[in-house]
Amino acid sequence: MRGLLLIPLLAITWAMPAGAEGDVELGPVTHAATRKECGACHMAFQPGLLPAASWRQIMSGLARHFGEDASLEPAKAADIEQYLVGHAGQGDGAVLRITEQRWFLREHRHIATTIWARPDIKTRSNCAACHPAAERGVFEDD
Amino acid sequence: MRPGLLLLLGLLVLSQGARAAAQDPRRDGILADYAAAARADDPAFAGFSAERGRAIYLGPHQANADFPACATCHTDDPRRTGQHAKTGRPIEPMAVSANPARFTDAAAVEKRFGRDCRSILGRVCTARDKGDVLTFLISQ
Ligand code: HEC
Ligand code: HEC
Ligand code: HEC
Repeated sequence: MRGLLLIPLLAITWAMPAGAEGDVELGPVTHAATRKECGACHMAFQPGLLPAASWRQIMSGLARHFGEDASLEPAKAADIEQYLVGHAGQGDGAVLRITEQRWFLREHRHIATTIWARPDIKTRSNCAACHPAAERGVFEDD
Repeated sequence: MRPGLLLLLGLLVLSQGARAAAQDPRRDGILADYAAAARADDPAFAGFSAERGRAIYLGPHQANADFPACATCHTDDPRRTGQHAKTGRPIEPMAVSANPARFTDAAAVEKRFGRDCRSILGRVCTARDKGDVLTFLISQ
């Protein structure tokens, strides 16, 4: 599976303009409650992937979370929000999705729609399908 | 005859071992709690049914076009690794035989039944529903 995946990805990597971007290394999610509660349906996204305002909005709408119910007890939600906001990154705070942030679109502009649609990838937010070390917060190519 | 008998004995020991490995007092406790609640809901309650559990698991249900069944994410064969139908994330097998850690944390089981029943069935699961689904998945 991974071998199959790697071939088109390598082709994309080579097609990227050299030196366009520095390495991005965010590290793993270090907060246990965030890892557990926000890592059940998708990988627990690193707080540095979104600005504070986006995290606040996401945490205030968990009962209707991208079409699913991800609600938590208020105390746990507050604890998680504090971690996410306290370690937040840069970006457009009016945009909820990592995958709609401008930097994301730029980094992934060479990926064909046919690749996004592959059944083992399914959606842009499935970082780990293409970045095998995504859970550890490593997204650069090696 | 002799080797056949030995083989039979060996298989017997193996199957006993497998059954013992799949047993877990925490899971038994979760089932016992659902049974008590089901009896409280309906005094005529006569035990859980793997068949009813299978029907809930395989659906199809009408409440959510994206997720017509539990099997949509957990796969038709619960011994296999599933995949979240929207996020693509792999989900460990649901069958206890394939994943002995299943249904051993009461709070996690309750939370997930709450979410998954509401989004797939469009209603909360009763204690009997939950026990039926667990009984089906323990039998797989
Ligand atoms: C019940 C399942 C579930 C849980 C629990 C959950 N999410 Fe999600 N999340 C989803 C789904 C489904 C999507 C949409 C995925 C897609 O469309 O690619 C999503 C998307 C997201 C996205 C946007 C991804 C993108 O496209 O950029 C973020 C950010 C996010 N979730 C954060 C969280 C946080 C923080 C938590 C914990 C408080 C959490 N999620 C818990 C199901 C869940
Ligand atoms: C379809 C496969 C695919 C998916 C899914 C995907 N990426 Fe990427 N990503 C790539 C490729 C290919 C590159 C460009 C090559 C490279 O630099 O690794 C890239 C580049 C990046 C970069 C820039 C790395 C650098 O060093 O310049 C970051 C950061 C990144 N992705 C983060 C993410 C995050 C976060 C997610 C999930 C929300 C994600 N990606 C989902 C394929 C993917
Ligand atoms: C949208 C995808 C999806 C659907 C559909 C779905 N589930 Fe789940 N389910 C999950 C995820 C994600 C988990 C948490 C990850 C895990 O436990 O491996 C989970 C976990 C569970 C658990 C917890 C198991 C444990 O060991 O703690 C139970 C119980 C459960 N689901 C029951 C159901 C039932 C019953 C249905 C159908 C009414 C259903 N699920 C439908 C995604 C789904």
